Amino acid sequence: MAIPHEFAYEKPETLKLALQLLSDHGKNARLLAGGTDLANQMKQGFRVPQILIDIKGIHELEEIRMAGDQLYIGALATFTDLRNSRLIMEKVNILHEAAGMVASNGVRNRATMVGNICSAVACMDSATPLLVHESVVHTLSVNGEKKYRIQDWFVDNRKTAISEDEIVTHVSIPIPEKKYAGAYQKMMRYSGEDLSQANVSVLALSEKQFRVAFGSVGPIPKRSLKIEKLLNTEGVSTETIDKAKKMIETVIAPITDVRATKEYRMHMTKVMFERALLAAMERFKQPRIISY
Amino acid sequence: MKKISFLLNGESRSIHVEPSETLLEVLRDRMGTKSPQCGCASGGCGACTVMLNDKTVRSCLIFAIETDGQEIVTLEGISKNGLSPLQKIFLEHNVFQCGYCAPGMILSATELISRNPHPTLHEIKEAIAGNLCRCTGYTPVIEAILELTKQEV
Ligand code: FES
Ligand code: FES
Repeated sequence: MAIPHEFAYEKPETLKLALQLLSDHGKNARLLAGGTDLANQMKQGFRVPQILIDIKGIHELEEIRMAGDQLYIGALATFTDLRNSRLIMEKVNILHEAAGMVASNGVRNRATMVGNICSAVACMDSATPLLVHESVVHTLSVNGEKKYRIQDWFVDNRKTAISEDEIVTHVSIPIPEKKYAGAYQKMMRYSGEDLSQANVSVLALSEKQFRVAFGSVGPIPKRSLKIEKLLNTEGVSTETIDKAKKMIETVIAPITDVRATKEYRMHMTKVMFERALLAAMERFKQPRIISY
Repeated sequence: MKKISFLLNGESRSIHVEPSETLLEVLRDRMGTKSPQCGCASGGCGACTVMLNDKTVRSCLIFAIETDGQEIVTLEGISKNGLSPLQKIFLEHNVFQCGYCAPGMILSATELISRNPHPTLHEIKEAIAGNLCRCTGYTPVIEAILELTKQEV
């Protein structure tokens, strides 16, 4: 299928030039990184940008690095880059795990994590791992830098808090001082090439503290402080797991679509929540973080 | 229209493209490189797979203009100097039926073997999971890759 409209294309070599282009063209422009979502949206006529600003020439946006207690993931880091990164494997095992479940190898080679949270399609894989890690999205515009807490980033299905003159430069993840381990669960029809019908992230922290987030079961991914509070004050037991599962009914709002019914999504989210919780606890017990 | 140049199967080539043309359209319809197929045109089937800078990608989701200055290898490039060992074993095992998925499947398996010469069954499945095949049921493909990569131990 061809792209039904014509548009201009620019590939600036510096952030400064990119920001200038963006401020000149405003909402007529669209940033292009991996393009795996954007090309599809343009084919369907869902997005009709007049100009594409390809940021792949801005090499500083490729890096994945530690600075102090923060892990930085640049806007151009692909899911394959995340899979191949020792830092990601050791510091954010849950993101490493989720990155391996995104679409197929041929898509992961091109698709970026930042693109994933910018497209913000409800079924994205990277959102819940970033939520339980209390990540921060960093943007730049001609007016300067801005930071968004990840929970403020997602506004609606396919809509984020970004304004049209901003570029996401990177995401930062604070690395907890003490021990932690995460687990990601994703429900799909077959592995290797599918969108998630529901996904759950659980992060186990020291002093028996937990963070829990649900994805693809509502317009935006959601962390649940209510369920966390239950686990963190009453501890993990068969009773509290059952209570938490009951609570999930009030936390998420899945819909029925071609991929699954809302009842099935609700049921499976509960099952996956338990699996993720138990897996995170099991991994927490290991001498060092293991990735999958 | 903008003129772009890239290395296609080892030869430098130039062509004028509109930004809206996908790499798949340009390779197939304008450059005569017919191995990448159009299955779904939306990233789901892997029939349009090509290697871009040594990594398999979906040419239906890439604008040709993005590949200015890059290196592209298609199935034609893999078999430029005769069939590769992977292609030979696929042939011996008669793994394909209609062959529509074959170019993508061969490129995905080639990428896997170049990174990981002795993959596990799971790794093989993972590597070709994005290449849909409507004929074979995958088993012959997987078995042939296993045989090839075990032989080399
Ligand atoms: S045609 Fe490109 S993935 Fe199907
Ligand atoms: S052999 Fe026919 S699609 Fe694979």
